[in-house]
Amino acid sequence: MSSVVAQVWATLEPLTDPEIPVVTLRELGILRDVTETAEGVEVVITPTYTGCPAMGQIEDDVKACLTQAGIAARVVTRLAPAWTTDWMSDEAKEKLRAYGIAPPHTTRPAVSVVKFMRHRPAPEAVACPRCGSTHTAVSSQFGSTACKALYKCLDCQEPFDYFKPY
Amino acid sequence: MSAPVEYILHLADNAVVLGQRNAEWCGHGPILEEDIAMGNVSLDYIGQARLLYQLAAARLGGDATEDKLAYFRDDTQFRNYTLLELPHNGPLVGYAVSNRDYATTITRNFLYGALMVLVWEALEKSPDADLAAIAAKSLKEARYHLHHAADWLVRFGDGTDESHQRAQAAVDHLFAYTEEFWTPSAAEEAAVASGAGVDVRSLRAAWDAIVNDTLTEATLVRPEVRGYITEGKQGRHSEHLSYLLGEMQGLARAHPGATW
Repeated sequence: MSSVVAQVWATLEPLTDPEIPVVTLRELGILRDVTETAEGVEVVITPTYTGCPAMGQIEDDVKACLTQAGIAARVVTRLAPAWTTDWMSDEAKEKLRAYGIAPPHTTRPAVSVVKFMRHRPAPEAVACPRCGSTHTAVSSQFGSTACKALYKCLDCQEPFDYFKPY
Repeated sequence: MSAPVEYILHLADNAVVLGQRNAEWCGHGPILEEDIAMGNVSLDYIGQARLLYQLAAARLGGDATEDKLAYFRDDTQFRNYTLLELPHNGPLVGYAVSNRDYATTITRNFLYGALMVLVWEALEKSPDADLAAIAAKSLKEARYHLHHAADWLVRFGDGTDESHQRAQAAVDHLFAYTEEFWTPSAAEEAAVASGAGVDVRSLRAAWDAIVNDTLTEATLVRPEVRGYITEGKQGRHSEHLSYLLGEMQGLARAHPGATW
């Protein structure tokens, strides 16, 4: 890694998700790559959900952070490969749990949609981030942000968010 | 190999029109959780529409932008399915009670959601790399949309007498509009010819399987369909699209170029 690339990674390291301020953009897998090209340094980010309103804020945060550090770099949005929650490190998942959000399960292998609907997967056992019980139930498949579902714990009664596998 | 712009606009218009329609539930959902769910589903659709309009604008070149495509084209230039522009009125809803019927909303989301999972699955493998990238992202969201709509359709159909009756009425009302899925438009034919699109007719058996299975589970009956086939994707729309666009485009047209 060249020194300027390392410097960009280090500069952007403190940036966190605007909605979930305990995990960094790198840990979430939104900050994909930093490369040195003939035209200068390029920072690659990728969107989570297509309509996630935080993406505009994230791009602005990255640009502002680079400007503040006096680094001239282009910020590029790349769609492929599509962002997946599988990129989240175990460390990031533990931070989510400690913050009160049940971390995402690993995504299931893709099956054809006909099979998917015929054998609709049983709801996954999601552990309550407060008491650890897996005696939980879905309240809604869509929660406070696009990336989360709403659950409740049937043991400690705590309502909580579940970061959906994507 | 690039998909024709008209085809990308068809996909984009579908997403923006249903996104706008479903967003009408924002603040009016039947229960809080569904109000939030419908807001999130709409947001996904509008996000998909933006990516598609951005791609179309880049390919059109010149002064084309995503906003111009969404806000400054007239109703007859839109290429969405007629199904998606219809209001949330079920035939059983009386004017005095409500003008929105959630069974209609869920049934439409189910019929269209089942199609789009198949369309995105096919387009994910398109040799048009930009379209394939959008498809791969949209597929992840479409699966959640279909799952959500199918769950509610089963709950309504296999629920109380009232919910069953309203779900069946919505199915009876909307099913005829799905015939439009299976009659290729010129843009769809051009997309297939370019090698970058998908032949919708090849998806019909899988769509039937999903729809029939779910209707059976929901104790609902699939109606016989015959008669006029709508042609929204060829620019011949119902009156409802104009009102929808009037609301969606009004601000942008009254204050062109405004920012905040």
